Amino acid sequence: MPIPATIEVLTSETFAILEGSHVIQLTGQIRQQASQMGMSLLDQTKLSTAASELARNILVHGGEGKAQLECIRSNSKIGIRLLFSDRGPGIANVEQAMQPGFSTGIGMGLGLSGAKQLADEFHLTSVVGEGTTVTILKWVND
Amino acid sequence: MERIPILKMGQFLLVTIQVDLYDRLALDLEADLVGQITQLNARGVLIDISAVSIVDSFMGRILSNIASMARILDAVTVVVGMQPAVAITLVELGLSLTGVYTALNVEKGLDLLRIKTGAAQAVSTDADSSDD
Amino acid sequence: MNDSTVGTLRPKKNQILTLWMRNQLADGSLRDDLMSNDDLRAQSVELLDCLFDTLTDDTLTMPDAPSLSPLIDQLTNISMSRARQGFTPRETGLYVFSLKDALLEMLRHERKDDPNLLLTETMRISKFIDSLGIVTFESFIQGREEVILRQTDEMTEIATPVVQIWDGILAMPLIGTLDSSRALVVMENLLQEIVRTGSGIAILDISGVPTVDSMVAQHLIKTVNATRLMGAECIISGIRAEIAQTIVHLGIDLSHVVTKATMASALKHAFGTLRIEVNKSAARSV
Repeated sequence: MPIPATIEVLTSETFAILEGSHVIQLTGQIRQQASQMGMSLLDQTKLSTAASELARNILVHGGEGKAQLECIRSNSKIGIRLLFSDRGPGIANVEQAMQPGFSTGIGMGLGLSGAKQLADEFHLTSVVGEGTTVTILKWVND
Repeated sequence: MERIPILKMGQFLLVTIQVDLYDRLALDLEADLVGQITQLNARGVLIDISAVSIVDSFMGRILSNIASMARILDAVTVVVGMQPAVAITLVELGLSLTGVYTALNVEKGLDLLRIKTGAAQAVSTDADSSDD
Repeated sequence: MNDSTVGTLRPKKNQILTLWMRNQLADGSLRDDLMSNDDLRAQSVELLDCLFDTLTDDTLTMPDAPSLSPLIDQLTNISMSRARQGFTPRETGLYVFSLKDALLEMLRHERKDDPNLLLTETMRISKFIDSLGIVTFESFIQGREEVILRQTDEMTEIATPVVQIWDGILAMPLIGTLDSSRALVVMENLLQEIVRTGSGIAILDISGVPTVDSMVAQHLIKTVNATRLMGAECIISGIRAEIAQTIVHLGIDLSHVVTKATMASALKHAFGTLRIEVNKSAARSV
């Protein structure tokens, strides 16, 4: 995905998402990073819950994938950007997949729509047969 | 093998979740609780999540499932101690944990369990008094 | 003839003051409701004293000179206090610019024989007073901004008070328009107080919320749902008739929310839930 020119990546770390315990490790890292950057407890909770949804989506639909945790800066704002990518079957109908309650797996179908609701910015690209990438972003309020 | 301990308090089962649950641990807890309800003929289940920092839809489903399974076995489930940030996040996520009773803390949760499990008795006395 | 501009004007200080006061008092926008003529005169005397104490021919062309800082400070104080008192920018500006008229009038009288010198000096004084005028406006705006900041602080403080009105019952009277960010603050404050006090019931009173559109209603429903997830009950009270109409016309479903017309009936409902009976003491004295 093209990185908008105004966003500067300060740090970047990649985590493999292969099994359930990786989800817990990832959300723990996100929470630690968010707290260091001064994000409010509520926003920390929203971001790590969104991350948990998306990471579990990888396990359910893609089988395995990775998550990239980035600290970013844009003008005077700082924030956290997360990129989730898998090499799963991809999503044929993105619009339908974004509907709350739509589910092909065993979850409650709130993964994608829920994550979008909880993040400040949400971006999804998917190619059938190649995989899916979801990017979410949360700014630290001053 | 790591497991969430289940305490027995009279007719009730008490579970305190201290860590973020990953899949196997959560599914084990679900199975253990349901097993204990039948084995001990428990009337109520109290799950304390005050130390839980993330409840996503997976975790929400586990809680709903436990409540539904317990209800089939004639037991009441109360989830207590949800943190404000977790509650707001769940609402934003669109999750309402239908069928699950909630209380502010363990003490109030036990009170609620007593009311709910003694409900049949209480309803009949209420009905009597209103008939007068 | 005295070559010094300031030296020429200084001995005429009293006459300048008289002219300046006359200019000020003659102006239609004089605010004798905000400041008495005696106070105005005292303030003008003080400023004029300071002007002639600090000003020299050299600093007349250098309004930034450090030696003029007492004058600038005094002027800053005057216009900041005028901003706080409620003077308009025009009124505050005229205070300084009417001094220019007085100074130039005096100068014209003193330099009537030398038009060239008069012109040069007029330019200098005019420029100097203009720079004082800029200082006046800057500090006037600064004074206004301080007022606005203080009011904003006061508003956010009073915006979301949570009060415990009974053991186990919290009330939050909302006043003013609810936008998304304020609704979030309201929700967080309420939930945190519920945990802190262990209160089972919270009453959200919207008597003071002017309009309830679908966004505000969504926030109210979210607050009620979050409260329920935590194990407490949230009652919405203070719903006026026209708001009830709006809610139904907008198709907002509040059927899962306990709503009451008044805070009193919400409290009564809360008493019922908590099985609390309130009796007049006379009934007890049997």
